Amino acid sequence: MGTRTDSSFTSRGVALALLLPAFAVYVIAFILPVFKLGEMSFLLSAQGGALQNEYTFSNYVNFLLDTYYLELIFNSILMSLVVTIFTLICAYPVAMLIHVTSPKWRNFLIIITISPLLVSSVVRTYGWMLLLGDTGVINGLLQRTGLIDQPIRMLNDYSGVIIGLVEILMPYMALALLAGFGRLEDSITDAAASLGANAFKRFIYVTLPLTAPGIALGSLLCFVLSISSFVTPRLLGGGRVFLLATEIYDQAIIELQWPMASTLSVVLLILFTITLTAYAWIARRGA
Amino acid sequence: MVGSRKFPLIFVGILLYIFLLSPIFVVIPLSFSNDDWLAFPPSSWGVRWYLEILSNQGIIRSFWTSLILGAIVTVISLAVSLPAVYAIKRSAMRGSDAVLNFFTSPLLLPSIVLGLAILLVFAPIGLLGTYTGLTLAHLIVTIPYAIRILATSLSTLNRSIEEAAATLGATPIKVFFLVTAPMMLPGLLASAVLCFLVSFDEVVISLFLVGPRLTTLPVSLFSYVESHSDPMGASVSVLLIVFTLVFVFVLERLMGLSKALGK
Repeated sequence: MGTRTDSSFTSRGVALALLLPAFAVYVIAFILPVFKLGEMSFLLSAQGGALQNEYTFSNYVNFLLDTYYLELIFNSILMSLVVTIFTLICAYPVAMLIHVTSPKWRNFLIIITISPLLVSSVVRTYGWMLLLGDTGVINGLLQRTGLIDQPIRMLNDYSGVIIGLVEILMPYMALALLAGFGRLEDSITDAAASLGANAFKRFIYVTLPLTAPGIALGSLLCFVLSISSFVTPRLLGGGRVFLLATEIYDQAIIELQWPMASTLSVVLLILFTITLTAYAWIARRGA
Repeated sequence: MVGSRKFPLIFVGILLYIFLLSPIFVVIPLSFSNDDWLAFPPSSWGVRWYLEILSNQGIIRSFWTSLILGAIVTVISLAVSLPAVYAIKRSAMRGSDAVLNFFTSPLLLPSIVLGLAILLVFAPIGLLGTYTGLTLAHLIVTIPYAIRILATSLSTLNRSIEEAAATLGATPIKVFFLVTAPMMLPGLLASAVLCFLVSFDEVVISLFLVGPRLTTLPVSLFSYVESHSDPMGASVSVLLIVFTLVFVFVLERLMGLSKALGK
């Protein structure tokens, strides 16, 4: 340990001074705002956008009693679960293909898989507006080929939001799955095959359990990203999709009801904590 | 044996890649539509909407804002992250892992919550629609990446070179600027690129903080496509994609970005 102190500094003061600029930014733009959010969730708006000066639980009581808000929670959770399942179904073959392919193709496929992450989510969501709209590409092609007379409605509806989110979250899921595919080797599935297991049995009893940690991690990531997504539900939902995240924005920016927006944010954070705790519990049981 | 077993997988894989890339490629043909509103196939083709961008002051100004903001955010991110990482990794400080986790914790919060929280503090002190407000907010989502990458970069360095310099009489400051910092160059570069891209693409937090006079390109694109159904959104999208591609490609050529990110 003697050499360690040669090039490292032991002075606490110097270390704290070096941390100070970053810490100052965090106090102003992270710690204070989070505390303010918590405080705001216990306040009430008075007339004309001002705030009343006393703390109250009434936002939370309103939240629990109003079926509209409970519906938001239900919609958000259900939609995120559906998105997570479809993303898993879409990303699993992609990750599997990357895993079994030759090293030369492997790098190429990985680059193609993550390159959409470089493109702004606004642009990718807009791409889905162009594809799914009533006069969009898919309806245009289907009508040209005479398969349909009337455009199929996919935009301004949950179906459009789900399609868009599945595509946007696919790269994250594929990467998480790929990280968990390390334990999967041909020799193991070959052994199962030589013992007489058919393709279906090999998948259910060998491949799936071995890739379960990746599935769990990817699903956690997808669920959390999906329940907090705003841009995609807003643009593809066209104001007809009611979720927690879109309601937070509406309350804050359109209704100027900062206290209720804060309360809904706290609820979203509680949902996050529950999800993470559940994941930690499942991961520990699986290990 | 392997080939025949792989064939269905390759087929499904190709379909899924088409699904994954379709929203990115679809903006290209529609950006060359000359129609008044979006329809496929367009009734006439041309560059009309690219020319319209040039006369749209809002879009042009927000592009410059995003560019300037991205540059400021990148410089400040590195300037505050580098000393912080050095203190975390090179001092005898206890609990350095906890400090590292603290600095990456903003990424755990949903952007929509972070945006609202920052609005609540910044609105009363007049930071809405200002460079100061947007810079501080973007720093909260770029510093976590910068600190993570720089911490990895610093801990994979060969300590013996720094120790040799110190043994030969270099002061800690000289060791840092003449030995440590040059060796961290790939990491510094990778974090600079990532900080810029994160800031340039940031939309949800910015939505809460922009004002009528100062807005970023992703926010103005978001507002535009929410309220207009003409092909200009597609033209702006194509320019955004081309800008990102050129940015990444030039950096890759100049300095081997993939090597730096791969470390």
